[in-house]
Amino acid sequence: MITALLVMAGIAVVLGALLGYASIRFKVKGDPLVDKIDAILPQTQCGQCGFAGCKPYAQAIARGEAEINQCPPGGEEGIRKLADLLGKEFKPLSAEHGTEKPKQVAVIDEALCIGCTLCAQACPVDAIVGAAKQMHTVVAPLCTGCELCVPPCPVDCIAMVPVPETVETWKWKYPVVQMKVVEHA
Amino acid sequence: MLATLFKFKGGVKPASHKDESTQTPIAPAPLPPLLVVPLRQSAGGTPQPLVKPGQKVLKGERIGAPEENFSSAIHAPTSGTVRAIEPRMLPHPSGLSAPCVVLEADGEERWIERVPVDYAAASPDALRDLLRDAGIVGLGGAAFPSHIKLKPGAAGRIGTLIINGAECEPWISCDDMLMRERAEGIVRGAAILRHIVSADRVLVGIEDNKPQAIAALRAAAPAAGIEVVPVPTRYPAGGEKQLIRVLTGIEIPYGRLGTEFGVQCFNVGTAYSAHRAIELGEPLISRIVTLTGNVERPGNVEVPIGTPIDGLLKLVSPKADTDRFIMGGPMMGFTLPRTDLPVTKAANCILAASPALFPPQVPEMPCIRCGACTRACPAELQPHELYWFSRAKNFGKAQEYGIFDCIECGCCAYVCPSNIRLVDYYRFAKTSMRALEREKTASDAARQRFEFRNQREEREKAEKAARLAAKTAAARQAIAGAEKPAAAVPAPAQTAEESAPALPQLDEAKKALIAAAIARAQAQKEGVQPKNIDNLVPEKQAEIREIEARRAKVRELAKTPPEEPV
Amino acid sequence: MNGSPHLHQPVSVQLVMLKVLVALVPGIAAYVWFFGAAILVQIALASAAALAGEAAMLRLRGKPVGLFLADGSALVTAWLIALTFPPIAPWWLTVSATLFAIVVAKHLYGGLGQNPFNPAMVAFAVAIIAFPALMSQWPAVGFTDFAAQLGMIFKSQSPQDAVTMATPLDALRTQLHVPEARATVAGILGSHASFGNIGGKGWEWIALGYLAGGLWLLQQRIITWHVPAAFLATLALIATGFSLASPDRYAGPVFHVVTGGAMLGAFFILTDPVSGATTPRGKLIFAAGVALLVWIIRTFGAYPDGLAFGVLLMNLCVPLIDMGTQPPVFGHKDSKKERKP
Repeated sequence: MITALLVMAGIAVVLGALLGYASIRFKVKGDPLVDKIDAILPQTQCGQCGFAGCKPYAQAIARGEAEINQCPPGGEEGIRKLADLLGKEFKPLSAEHGTEKPKQVAVIDEALCIGCTLCAQACPVDAIVGAAKQMHTVVAPLCTGCELCVPPCPVDCIAMVPVPETVETWKWKYPVVQMKVVEHA
Repeated sequence: MLATLFKFKGGVKPASHKDESTQTPIAPAPLPPLLVVPLRQSAGGTPQPLVKPGQKVLKGERIGAPEENFSSAIHAPTSGTVRAIEPRMLPHPSGLSAPCVVLEADGEERWIERVPVDYAAASPDALRDLLRDAGIVGLGGAAFPSHIKLKPGAAGRIGTLIINGAECEPWISCDDMLMRERAEGIVRGAAILRHIVSADRVLVGIEDNKPQAIAALRAAAPAAGIEVVPVPTRYPAGGEKQLIRVLTGIEIPYGRLGTEFGVQCFNVGTAYSAHRAIELGEPLISRIVTLTGNVERPGNVEVPIGTPIDGLLKLVSPKADTDRFIMGGPMMGFTLPRTDLPVTKAANCILAASPALFPPQVPEMPCIRCGACTRACPAELQPHELYWFSRAKNFGKAQEYGIFDCIECGCCAYVCPSNIRLVDYYRFAKTSMRALEREKTASDAARQRFEFRNQREEREKAEKAARLAAKTAAARQAIAGAEKPAAAVPAPAQTAEESAPALPQLDEAKKALIAAAIARAQAQKEGVQPKNIDNLVPEKQAEIREIEARRAKVRELAKTPPEEPV
Repeated sequence: MNGSPHLHQPVSVQLVMLKVLVALVPGIAAYVWFFGAAILVQIALASAAALAGEAAMLRLRGKPVGLFLADGSALVTAWLIALTFPPIAPWWLTVSATLFAIVVAKHLYGGLGQNPFNPAMVAFAVAIIAFPALMSQWPAVGFTDFAAQLGMIFKSQSPQDAVTMATPLDALRTQLHVPEARATVAGILGSHASFGNIGGKGWEWIALGYLAGGLWLLQQRIITWHVPAAFLATLALIATGFSLASPDRYAGPVFHVVTGGAMLGAFFILTDPVSGATTPRGKLIFAAGVALLVWIIRTFGAYPDGLAFGVLLMNLCVPLIDMGTQPPVFGHKDSKKERKP
């Protein structure tokens, strides 16, 4: 009886020591979870989730302070990936944070622009170029379509334009879906 | 010396149906009144248009400039007037539009000045540039710019140059006819390509079901020391990787150029157009197109690039039961969304299909993993595994199993007893993965830019705070000096971090100073006006006034002043 | 709009299954010759049950019944069940085992192409576990009295001892397991004229019939050489080794290869593509694994033949085998790691 207890206690102590050692020896620097979440987020930095960018939202999710369905640009696909990563249930996009839209870019109507630089300051990814009192323009390949530049514009010269599909970006349809379409047509 | 032949695994042997279109010589296609020349006809970016609507152009004049070194130039296929530069639907499975130059032919066919070049005296670099500016791309169907393939690789010299005359797809015979009729031009072109890369040997691989083409090239070849090698007829022996494998035993993996392995492969049509470009000074403005299938008079025609396909079809009279037209061959071609689309550099064949020739798709059965696709796959993949992964959208696994090594030859779908449209699944998976990759790259870049911006803002804030602190310190010193100069103690140089907590401890005089600054800022705010509106036309000024009025109203409503321009 | 290719070889699942059925005919003919027409009744019973079960399941699952019923896969399962069961098994046993194969082993797993286990072998395993006595009643060679056979099948008449006998495999297993009997392989096999010289009289010829059909399937490229060759070679190799070491206790390779379900298994059961391995090396491993298990179960196990359990156990390993034996891709033969992301 005593021997058994001692053996169990001994095992517990040894294993505990091992675990303790491992936690120090293999300690992971930084927070990989935040990075993993951040990698799934679309990096529009639009703030629709209620946080000041994708990273803060990722940190909030990692701390359990935010739901996974607050990112409209990431859409359902993004929520699914987050749900997979975190082992949570999928839930539909929360309506109060916005709706999923096709990818857009901001376009400045250069005839109307007064050169106030407000949009350039609002842009989270520095995709708007132009100095004070000069025309501004959006560098389309860098634009994430976050819409943050639209409200500050005093002359409402910024429009969000959907990115058209081109021969280069075109995707083959999923064959099964395609068959259904043919049937109904 | 006859080269030892190697084998590639897999492949299929569909009925060749080449005799239909090889009975008559290559005929010139009539010049259409209106040509539509897509600006993007090769991999690597869309050339910029060099002409304006209304501009007159000569035959062979450059109308699209290659973008950097990655694409190839575009030329006017005939003389005439540019009517428009606008998006038009392309002959592409997507049915999407892209910028095209619409050219109205004047029927005079006036050439630009054609300058023949003695290639033997020219440097390889100069010749490569000439080929790029002559718009030479691979004419086998992929339309990859030839000058890129001719660049010497990191591994060194291209020792073996392969001229691809295999033409393995059923029905297509444009290369066959070209070899029969213009063997000398092909051989001369091959000699130019050989000169550019200074290859040791040139092998012309031709499937052994084209004896006339083999004989013609053999008759033309000895002069240039080019070896004609008949290869066994088996689809896809004309696939670039397969032909290289058969002739040299070298396997080029996905994503690598043959150059890295000291071997490079060009279509016979490409070699021929290289000869025309260098030795005749004629850029690539026409190509041979096979018109065959369910038509009355199948044959090959030499077609100016940009000719509408429906005009060509009148030459061969499609039969009444034709239900669609395929661009390319039956194994890799795609159904044309419409027939009023232009012929491009990649268009090797227009195939009229009827339910009798190409039976409609029967319903898909489940995959029974029978392995027929594996035995037929020339890329030595496991097509059924790729099918499961693509179908389940398990793209990571599909990539691990080598989906990008798939050449979309269609052998797997051809032999599948369950009639599964395997290639459609692979194309879906590949294009989806590429799209995901683009999104990933874009979001990574956005993250970097965002983080950089945050850092910059932090830095600017810190610098501003430091400046402010220095100023405050100076001001306090001044005040202190004025009140009790004797007890002047130099204020410690405050860092940015210290300045904020230091504020509440400031004395009355300091507070007065801040109040004055705020008042000054207020005054400045009232006075500020966007100054780039001073010299505007009256209408614009009225517009701005209107906008300002609207803003004032909004301001009134919101009761919160808008943010101040900094 | 469909993409390429626009051509298709005239092959179909139906044609593949039809060829498999045709390839079974020589074996069945030999079967009828030696054991009477009862096997044809069993085949008819199993086929009817399989088609009925398949039709019902397809309707329940909302699949096009006509299209899938015509694929012939249910018939192949049915024929294999009939050929592995004793020809004088009662009708309800054949019918219920077939229904179990179609309903549970095939359709509950997703139907054609989705079943991880060979349905015919599931049926056999279920039957032999549930009704071991009925599953070991084999008719003696030459017992071809069709009326008596029908009586056993449909009226469950107990067969007389004279008309049934242990198969050579069964005899070996039961008698060698009794140490006091001091029986030897040669002794047992020589004890009864009908055991013949090789694998049991009649059974040898049936096996040859299967072999002929199997070779034709190979020639037709319905199956590849990997599975039959690896299975038969492994079985023969193990049997050779042990019989050389102790000829009295272990039967020789020729006996093992032609007796029981070995030949049927090698060409028709292990080659089921749905539940088997698909890569060339995988097929070799899969078949060799079944052969090893068959030999072990035959020699040391509690059941007369080990084919069903061997196949089912190896079916379990198929995903792992396939994953571990992916052949290198064109152009990636030197550096396997390069392809990994």
